Amino acid sequence: MNQHIDDTAPADLVAGDRVAGRLYTDPDIFEREMAAIFETTWVWVAHESELATPGSFKSTYVGRQPVIVTRDRKNNLHTMLNRCRHRGASLCEKPQGRANGFTCPYHAWSYGLDGTLRGIPYPDGYEDVVEKRDLSLRKLRTESYGGMVFATLDADAEPLADFLGDAKLWIDRFMKQGGGYPIKVLGKHQFRFKGNWKIQLENTTDGYHFPIVHRSWMASVDAETADMMSFMTDPDAITHDLGNGHSVMQMVPEHADLDVDDGSEPVQGRFDDLAAELSKSFSDAEVRRLLRAMHGTGFNLNLFPNVAMSSAFFRVLRPVAVDETVIEHVAIGPDGPSELDPLNRERLRIHEHFQGPFGFGTPDDAEGWDRVQRGARAEPAMPILVNRGSAREKTSAEGWPTSHVTDETGMRAAYNQWKRMMRDD
Amino acid sequence: MTEATTAPAVAEPVSTTDARAARAIDLVWREAELLDRADYLGWNELFTGDGLYVVPIDPDTDDFENTLNMVYDDARMRELRVGRMTEGYAIAAVDAARTVRTVSRFVPESVSDTEVVLRSAQVLIAYKRRRHDIWAADLTHRVRLAADGAVGDRIVRKVVRLVDSEDAVPAAGFLL
Repeated sequence: MNQHIDDTAPADLVAGDRVAGRLYTDPDIFEREMAAIFETTWVWVAHESELATPGSFKSTYVGRQPVIVTRDRKNNLHTMLNRCRHRGASLCEKPQGRANGFTCPYHAWSYGLDGTLRGIPYPDGYEDVVEKRDLSLRKLRTESYGGMVFATLDADAEPLADFLGDAKLWIDRFMKQGGGYPIKVLGKHQFRFKGNWKIQLENTTDGYHFPIVHRSWMASVDAETADMMSFMTDPDAITHDLGNGHSVMQMVPEHADLDVDDGSEPVQGRFDDLAAELSKSFSDAEVRRLLRAMHGTGFNLNLFPNVAMSSAFFRVLRPVAVDETVIEHVAIGPDGPSELDPLNRERLRIHEHFQGPFGFGTPDDAEGWDRVQRGARAEPAMPILVNRGSAREKTSAEGWPTSHVTDETGMRAAYNQWKRMMRDD
Repeated sequence: MTEATTAPAVAEPVSTTDARAARAIDLVWREAELLDRADYLGWNELFTGDGLYVVPIDPDTDDFENTLNMVYDDARMRELRVGRMTEGYAIAAVDAARTVRTVSRFVPESVSDTEVVLRSAQVLIAYKRRRHDIWAADLTHRVRLAADGAVGDRIVRKVVRLVDSEDAVPAAGFLL
């Protein structure tokens, strides 16, 4: 039998603790995923700080579909297909900016920030042909929680708050790394790898790879930071399945809720100079609160299907093809007075140290994923194992399936959601 | 010549055959070859102690300190990076693409007896696993000329502006 031809229904290729390798390699499965997952569920499109003022916009994607996210004059957020209703040209090719609206470069049809068609040049040819009100940009439902903006192409999708469910608590906790200030986007790295998007989806909830793949990074940081990330044998470091494909991996459980501070933890010595600088403007308690959050929160919150709130940054994945994925690593920091600039500079340096196409961590991850994509072509029916720790998984007091941080509980959570969404019925 | 040439290049262009500009060009070519040979220890020795190596994302900024970059290395970070590239733990560096880079289109921006600022173009081909990637960039080198001859010339600042810095590029196991 030719293993590269398989009529098994995609949902049947996932068996709880193992998935067929063809989930990474089969172009037909990829096409179905775009329709059944990325064009159906809530997909992260922006952080509200990227659309801080009326008239600001960002161009991005929902699955493979280009979209524009805007804030209109009434402060409402919109997500619209980046496609003129006339002949299909893209309206906006800038990654972000400010605008009063969007004018198609081809025949100058113009649209408002809310997608309303405002003007058609030489309109006499359209008399008795079209009504402008029928030709607004195609809008996606847009909802946000905790500053995280999501859009969906499915008008009947459940409310975002319901989809996020128990993940909302962890979004709230994640945002506490502002140290009393809101979070803002400071910049982003982008890189692509020749591999399937689910390989990256798994990685953000993969504690097991960390000391192996990231040995080079661990060797390059101070002893306190390396010790903070030494969770392999820490029994308190655990991963929860939060439902709907979402999971949270707690690498540094004492930083799960940054408001909880018994004062016993010393601030890392590497931040002494920064502490001295901040102390000119902030109280000791404020400085301690800000510096305890320098590495972000102590967990990676993995939201199905395309965003993770990972320690001190957002990881956003965008499927391009069955074997190509674009990743963004979005740097964040507290949005406050200019006296916080030294702190945000240090956060940028920490982000650059690990993330991005020339970071000390990302290229090694990408090499690992590249190897998965290449290896998975061998016998695509053979299972990929996501069963680590399944025998020691227990239900937490909150009702969440829970196991050690190095276990594959989060991957099983994501694949269970994948299986639900990929069912034909 | 005794004074620094600080006027804009259009007013008084400096030839690439100017002896001081030529020393800077030689250094940039030696540097390119060291990087293609992955001789990172030798490469790092070309920088001054206060030297900066920057690969920015924002094509318009010179304020690298307050923006996110792909690389923003002072001497400490460069030494850590060289360690990462050579120690054998980093799987991206162990299995790195082979690179061949051509640096040309030199324009001396300013020339004095102690310092040359040199703009150039770099086209790099990276080959790995049956795939060739193109990395095109504008380079700016600020080179400190040694009083006792070219052997002591050093890089004070190198800025690599990729044409696609705001787009997604592959994750790299080599340096630009």
